Amino acid sequence: MRAKFRTAADGLATGLAVLSTVLVVTPLVAIFAYLIYKGASSLNFAFFTQIPKPEGELGGGMANAIVGSGVLLGLASLIGVPIGIGGGIFLAEFGRGTKLANGVRFTADVLNGVPSIVMGVAVYGLIVTPAMPFSAISGGVALGIMMIPTVTRTTEEMLLMVPHAVREAALALGVPNWRSVLSITVKTASPGIITGCMLAFARVAGETAPLIFTAFGNSNWSIALNRPISALPLEIYRYAISPYDDQHRQAWAAALVLVVLIVAAVSLVRFVTSRGVLKGAS
Amino acid sequence: MYSYWDGSLFEVSANVPEIRISQSAVQTDPSPGDRQAPPGSLAADMSAIRGFLLSRGNSAIADRGFHWLMVLCALSIFGIVVLIATELVRGSQLSWAKSGFAFFVSRFVDPDTRLPMYWDPVNGHFSALPFVFGTLVSSFLALLLAVPLAIGLAVFLTEMCPRALRAPLAFLTELLAAIPSVIYGLWAMFVLVPLLRVYVNPWLIKLLGWTGFFNDDNPTGLGFLAAGVILAIMILPIISSLTREVMNAVPGSQREAALALGATRWEMISMGVLRNARIGIVGAIILGLGRALGETMAVTMVIGNTPQIQRSLLASGSSMASVIANEYAEASSDLHLSALTEIGLALFIVTIIVNALARLLVWAVTRGAPASAQ
Repeated sequence: MRAKFRTAADGLATGLAVLSTVLVVTPLVAIFAYLIYKGASSLNFAFFTQIPKPEGELGGGMANAIVGSGVLLGLASLIGVPIGIGGGIFLAEFGRGTKLANGVRFTADVLNGVPSIVMGVAVYGLIVTPAMPFSAISGGVALGIMMIPTVTRTTEEMLLMVPHAVREAALALGVPNWRSVLSITVKTASPGIITGCMLAFARVAGETAPLIFTAFGNSNWSIALNRPISALPLEIYRYAISPYDDQHRQAWAAALVLVVLIVAAVSLVRFVTSRGVLKGAS
Repeated sequence: MYSYWDGSLFEVSANVPEIRISQSAVQTDPSPGDRQAPPGSLAADMSAIRGFLLSRGNSAIADRGFHWLMVLCALSIFGIVVLIATELVRGSQLSWAKSGFAFFVSRFVDPDTRLPMYWDPVNGHFSALPFVFGTLVSSFLALLLAVPLAIGLAVFLTEMCPRALRAPLAFLTELLAAIPSVIYGLWAMFVLVPLLRVYVNPWLIKLLGWTGFFNDDNPTGLGFLAAGVILAIMILPIISSLTREVMNAVPGSQREAALALGATRWEMISMGVLRNARIGIVGAIILGLGRALGETMAVTMVIGNTPQIQRSLLASGSSMASVIANEYAEASSDLHLSALTEIGLALFIVTIIVNALARLLVWAVTRGAPASAQ
């Protein structure tokens, strides 16, 4: 009797675990399937070549938003990647085991969890109000700040995996320390570091909240850095809450383009990390 | 690679005298012990030789400069947090001076309709109460839905799943974490909300209407329930992957011991694995809560955006993040902007506390794990 009860409990638990897996996978498949179905049926050539038509008119595209996203992400990478890698180098090469390094690591993890909308509010107060009205630069800064913690932590993890013999060999040959760090250690870990940068890039590529009141969006061609600029996630949001069916259609198309970009980046990362030395990167 | 080496070898030959000095130092040094120093302490074991070399080499200035540049990069992370904090505090001064802590608890009464009123930018009434309420309700609803599923998924993936299925399933859940929140919002607006409106809500009202938590006075389908469901889908991957991490950190001998005593698989999991990993799992849940509290776009798109407090989960509401997203760019007055910044500050403080707590809990489990596994 007791044994029967225990077997039943075991079966029940297994069943519940399988059920929850199914319940988790279902919405994922539903989201992807619907996105591909809606997005693919709405994509056309004009989407990539034209700028938005005035509200309520049919047609038009999001060429300006695609270019604008590129500009914003470029700016963000200019800020986030060097500082992030520098922080990672400090954590792995100079500060190992020190209190300062532990503090930096912890702060980076905490900064990673700060809501993106709060970043937007802070950047609005720091840059938009005193310096320039809504602009590409402020949007890029907001996204760049968000990249730093991710890049720092992955760079650190990757550098920690480089064998000490490599560093010692470089130093034994009389290479200056900075040269040994940059050209030997960082170079050895570069696939992993690039992976980390791609992950951070993929994460901020879809960020909308901090851009609403920094980059603001723009329905005309503009790549000027001191003017409002358009971005794909912003357009998705703006079109999704608009009342026009044609704009909903374009929102789905833009969502598909964005997801394909991000999934390509993440899969690439996965591919790079799954082969060879650099396992363990997120 | 090799082209680089040529250059460095050239540099080495220029440094030969320095190396000779170091060799004589090695011979006279009575303690060769630092050669056996553990590999984890390269930067820490600044032996006399290394210190001597670093201070004498012709690259000493460059090295020191590089070191400080890297320190600067690391310190900039502190700088960013401090800048964000001071900016939020500065921006919310006006609102804080006007209402103080009452900002988060007060309510006004509309003189005409005698209904409670919380947020009225036109007449300058600001109270964050409905937004705090909306954030808490949607986040806890999300946890309620996501936690059992996430733990179930983690148990399945770590303990039961056939090897062939494990990698694709883990990859799928990782993908779920990579989708931007605005796309979740888009999907929720056009698929989830109609589904809730047509099928789920009428059923909930009929079945559970007597509890008072499900009223049918909101026919749009937008509201706390929709926000909670989409938030649950969004925080599932992070809870599940961290739970998996802490479960993997439980030593295999625990499992073997439980099985050897005749436990069934479920008894092994519940007694041997979940029990040992529980602190880490709590950490994962808190981290998920942190995500849910600050999540903006998806919630903004489905919560309905009305600053009200209702008992019904089907009513529309508004959250702290969603009101900022909606009103910040076109705030009508300085006080309005300041009130929104104060909501942002509250969000910042709460998420920092929640995240710090969660990180500490997860660290407490995974850090000690390799030691106890051997």
